[in-house]
Amino acid sequence: MTTTTDYERNMILSSQEYNVVGTRPIRHDGADKVTGRALYGADFDTAGLLHGKVLRSPHAHANIVSIDTSAAEALPGVMAVVTFADFPQVSDGTVDFGEEITTVHDLQSNILARHKVLYKGHAVAAVAATNAHIAEEAVKLIDVEYETLPSVMTVQDAMVDGAPILHESMRTNELGATVDDKPSNVAQHFQHVKGDIDAGFGEADVIVEREFNTVTVHQGYIEPHAASAFWNTDGRLHIWCSTQGAFPARDATAEVLRLPVSQVRVTPMEIGGGFGGKIPVYLEPVAAMLSKKSGRAVKLVMSRADVFEASGPTCGSNMKVKIGAKHDGTITAMQSYLAFEAGAYAGSPVGAGAQCVFAAYDVENAVIDGYDVVVNKPKTAAYRAPGAPNAAFACEQAVDELAIKLGMDPIDLRLKNASVEGTRRPDGTVFPRIGCVEVLEAMKNHPHYSAPLGENQGRGVAIGYWFNVGFESAVNIAVNADGTITLVEGSTDIGGSRASIAMQAAEVLGIPAESVRPSVVDTDSVGFTAVTGGSRTTYATGWAAYDAAMDVKQKMIERAATIWDVDVDSIEMENGVLQSASDPELNMSFSDLAAQMGGTGGPIVGTASRNAGGMGVGGGSFAGNIVDVEVDPATGKTEVARFTVVQDAGKAIHPSYVEGQMQGGSVQGIGWALNEEYYMTDDGTMANSTLLDYRMPTSLDLPMIDTVIVEVPSDHPFGVRGVGEANIVPPTPAIANAIHSATNIRMERLPMSPVAIMEETWKQS
Amino acid sequence: MATVFVPSLMQSLTDGKTRVQIPGATVRQVINNLESEYPGFKARLVEDDRVKPNISVAVDGEVTPLGMLEKVNDDSEVHFLPAIGGGA
Repeated sequence: MTTTTDYERNMILSSQEYNVVGTRPIRHDGADKVTGRALYGADFDTAGLLHGKVLRSPHAHANIVSIDTSAAEALPGVMAVVTFADFPQVSDGTVDFGEEITTVHDLQSNILARHKVLYKGHAVAAVAATNAHIAEEAVKLIDVEYETLPSVMTVQDAMVDGAPILHESMRTNELGATVDDKPSNVAQHFQHVKGDIDAGFGEADVIVEREFNTVTVHQGYIEPHAASAFWNTDGRLHIWCSTQGAFPARDATAEVLRLPVSQVRVTPMEIGGGFGGKIPVYLEPVAAMLSKKSGRAVKLVMSRADVFEASGPTCGSNMKVKIGAKHDGTITAMQSYLAFEAGAYAGSPVGAGAQCVFAAYDVENAVIDGYDVVVNKPKTAAYRAPGAPNAAFACEQAVDELAIKLGMDPIDLRLKNASVEGTRRPDGTVFPRIGCVEVLEAMKNHPHYSAPLGENQGRGVAIGYWFNVGFESAVNIAVNADGTITLVEGSTDIGGSRASIAMQAAEVLGIPAESVRPSVVDTDSVGFTAVTGGSRTTYATGWAAYDAAMDVKQKMIERAATIWDVDVDSIEMENGVLQSASDPELNMSFSDLAAQMGGTGGPIVGTASRNAGGMGVGGGSFAGNIVDVEVDPATGKTEVARFTVVQDAGKAIHPSYVEGQMQGGSVQGIGWALNEEYYMTDDGTMANSTLLDYRMPTSLDLPMIDTVIVEVPSDHPFGVRGVGEANIVPPTPAIANAIHSATNIRMERLPMSPVAIMEETWKQS
Repeated sequence: MATVFVPSLMQSLTDGKTRVQIPGATVRQVINNLESEYPGFKARLVEDDRVKPNISVAVDGEVTPLGMLEKVNDDSEVHFLPAIGGGA
């Protein structure tokens, strides 16, 4: 069915036009993807390939008394069995995945449990066999004796005195200092302070204070984790896997196996989604050890239940927010308490949540306390703007309530207090140029904001923030004689980044995007490149492509100078044409010169290695939502009737893929808001570990998501801001605010399922 | 001299001062000079000549991946933050 509207469904508020950048060419990998020829992790095959299976803990918390693998080893067809005992002892070093840092000890213990299992699904042993059925039978023959222990599932329960302790050696750390010598489930406490919080609340005429809770949710990528490994007789290990970062996967595997990184080669297969969850390694070192023991290549593939129970979801959280403001809407003080689940090992995203919670507001007085808390659930991993959606669910509802109490338009309240260039956040850092105001203004000006509502409908708005991460990227470009270029990069292509990176090189060289052939290669074939994560790839690897193309451009100019026998400085190259300033007759196209490479000095290649900085480069991105919902008063079922997402992209290299990111993040946010949750039983079992019961939205649940791309340029040569994450931040509070608008019920917990809404309705009545 | 913002949980080392002026051309030099003036900082921030893994250093608004090697200017701001745990 075709629907028509009286407004533009995908707007771009553009800042600057280019020839290639900002256009919508067909993606270079499109044909392989739509014809099924693209090879994903589970597609890997080779001669003599063995199939592996992992034995997982049935308990949420237990000591491992003994493991007897003899019966499994005796089963015909079984070629290797591994447990933790097969792995080398590791030091207390750390593994930096780029967006995630963990200790090698914890990483190794999570891959195969050491002496204790810390969540149901925790890997205990693994088998490689001649086929998957034998492997499955064999793991059932492994006899593990457990001593079960009481478990703890929420931060509130984990933080009370007398709670079951997951790690006897864990002490609460406060920025490098141990609080006391008592075992604790609180791995870390930190605090950001700006101004005088008491004075700020003293100035306030209106104060809003609430407590919010969210539960564990999963990224829900459609492709399960898969890794294959072959440990050659020369000691070299080759891994083929589904990963967001081949280099971090290589480095982590090398650390866990205590190998030099030069001994490990990782080939990234195509990836069927990650959203942060495919940054850590789970299967790679296990497949490697099975290969070492069997002498054959081994493939491990997770089931959907494995993915839910044994990969890295994002955290549940307990949050308190207090905000004070004057009658005129000036916010005088903001305070928050954020306690986030880390899962079984330290490292929740509470640090990022704390840096984002009040990022949209230029407030003089603020205090933020953050707590990183271990619980008997899978170790959390990054999930699109990790920590920020939780924090926004709390903050943006409190701001909505404040607007109601003040009698102000909720966007006007946000505009009055919006962060701008020079705003110092409560964590102390200062924003460079950002687009918070521009996003809010685009929301206010959108026809959606003033459209009439129907019966049982309500409208909510919210804004959210996520950083840009820089980190390292390397790109190599070679010019072909037919006037095209090959571009080699190390960034896994998740959301169309082959195209967005290729287009930046094409723009510099003045050639069409179709004249670039981009390839994502293995770790032996390009310089170190950090994860596809942190909204960094189009920004940082794109910048490396820009640099490499500039290198090519300079060499093309030098080659033309040689051919024409003129001074290098007299030649310019614009829009793919080389032109001599001294002689107008001397000009030729990129293709003309490419065809002459062979006889004039040989191949022309360009290389670049860019360290694009750390977290916070370019100022990051703001995203805002306008959401209309319709709540059935009899059942509590919430339908999203209309949804508009506005986001600052700096400069949209390929607007279709920017819009895709904005729509994708919005859809994940809608699922998080209304349906998704790890439904945990008292014994720590996830009761809904299938896609039938873990209810992610489908196209039938959703309206068309309208988009507005705002372009406030960053420091990137084309002004790019990463757009992969900020869009998932505002949906949960925007929907909560819309539900409040429709029902007068303030939802303090996620998901806002029909049951939850009816329970709140009954409480109110 | 660079301005070091002292996290609230470390202000016991600076007698409650929230910001201190510290000389140094790199984060390493700043931390060493901070230690000279306010003993106790280095043990909180540094392990094996590297910034502790659970701590990040931000110079002029960006959390730097270079850690101790990051350049610091006379007008720089230096912040010590909890390391960001782990999007895409």
